[in-house]
Amino acid sequence: MQQSSSLRQQASFGTTTRKDAWWVEPVLVGLGFAAFIIYATFRAFENNYFEIGPYLSPFYSPKFNFDWWHMSPAFLILWIPAGFRATCYYYRKAYYRAYFADPPACAVGHFGGEKYCGETTFPLVLQNLHRYFFYLATIVLAVLWYDTVKAFFFNGAFGVSIVNLIMLANVILLSGYSFGCHACRHLVGGKLNCFSANACTKSQFKIWHWVTRLNEHHMLWAWLSLFSVGFTDFYIRQVACGAFPELQFF
Amino acid sequence: MPEATLKVFRSKGDTNTFETYKVPIEDGMVILDAIHYIQQHYAPDLAVRWNCKAAKCGSCSAEVNGKPSLMCKTRMDDFTTGEEITVEPLRTFPLVKDLVTDVSWNYQVNKKIPPFTTNDNGEWVIYQEDIERVQEFRKCIECFLCQDVCHVLRDHDRKDAFMGPRFLVRTAGLDMHPKDTLNRSKYVKEQGGIGLCNITKCCSEVCPEEIHITDNAIIPMKERVVDQFYDPVTMFLNKIFNNKKKLV
Repeated sequence: MQQSSSLRQQASFGTTTRKDAWWVEPVLVGLGFAAFIIYATFRAFENNYFEIGPYLSPFYSPKFNFDWWHMSPAFLILWIPAGFRATCYYYRKAYYRAYFADPPACAVGHFGGEKYCGETTFPLVLQNLHRYFFYLATIVLAVLWYDTVKAFFFNGAFGVSIVNLIMLANVILLSGYSFGCHACRHLVGGKLNCFSANACTKSQFKIWHWVTRLNEHHMLWAWLSLFSVGFTDFYIRQVACGAFPELQFF
Repeated sequence: MPEATLKVFRSKGDTNTFETYKVPIEDGMVILDAIHYIQQHYAPDLAVRWNCKAAKCGSCSAEVNGKPSLMCKTRMDDFTTGEEITVEPLRTFPLVKDLVTDVSWNYQVNKKIPPFTTNDNGEWVIYQEDIERVQEFRKCIECFLCQDVCHVLRDHDRKDAFMGPRFLVRTAGLDMHPKDTLNRSKYVKEQGGIGLCNITKCCSEVCPEEIHITDNAIIPMKERVVDQFYDPVTMFLNKIFNNKKKLV
């Protein structure tokens, strides 16, 4: 029997008979992530214009002020959402394709040698700790909700402005992303094999179903929430430095 | 009558080539029809495996313009007029002849999976909510397009260590069955090589049955492996509450 090893050996980086623009998606994803990482790093180092009135940037929330910490307080926070997103199953797909090119796209030759360990060895084996980042990110999300509610009160009076509406949209999108996470889906009920066993498992089934509905659009939530968290910080920065007016409707 | 140009992979002795054929296009025609036309009019020795021509038997898997596809489900009118259409065999498996590959490795992997095991010998009453996850996996027609596109098998050739998406789906279907009594986490980690999967989702993209292979089978199985081997809290709780399923 003739072997097809010759077919496989041709598969060096980028080799494919695909005729569509398969490279567009990884390029756009790579640029999108790079833009966010550069902006977030700049803002973390800037250590300024992150708070004005009742508004606090999500990059600096929860707000820590320790005597022993001499760098930007953003660094005390950002490792949590960064770790949550870096170990997220959607982002893993996206950056393995965009940055590791392993593979860059389906049925397109990969980059790198034959020694492939996947997520079985350090450091990628740590991807298995995604659920712990989910726990920590949920705490941060709760604080962001608190910040958002607080942003609707000006000296004790309720008010609506463009900034607190942006903050509200941001926490809604972050919640959709966080609670649609695959680890959350597993923990709330996916680990069960029998949903009908008792009242507790029946409740878990309902929660699992809601999470599944969010999870079906996890990629969309991931991108929208990434954009919204960056935009919320950007808007608060511009208001704080006086570049944008604070538009308060009532 | 409009014509399509097909570049079809041919294996002749030790040489592999692409041969170009012109095929008249009719309404509703699919790639498999074009291949049959070539067999009838130009190349009676062209080898192709097919059976139902209804996207249900999974026999006519090939790579059309570089994308793993069922030839019977790929319509000619999906291509622009005058476009050259390339038809190749699955790259991941050994070539037999022309468009036919030897997929028997898959059947060997399948045999090793710990089978469905139950201790309930009475009359089963199974509720829809308990079985609907598993029903999705039963739609699989074993076309092995997911195995073909998976870069762990295709590019890295890790057939020695990785069972591939098709069999992670099958294992998930067994493991999630409400009447099954085995926990296959150890098996998928150590024998199935689930850690080699890096979730790039190509298997889900090519599945003709639109099974959510990654989201509904592989990731839930990865999370079950985390429960068993990586999460100290669940490992501790499993010990205390004595998980009833037998670990294999």
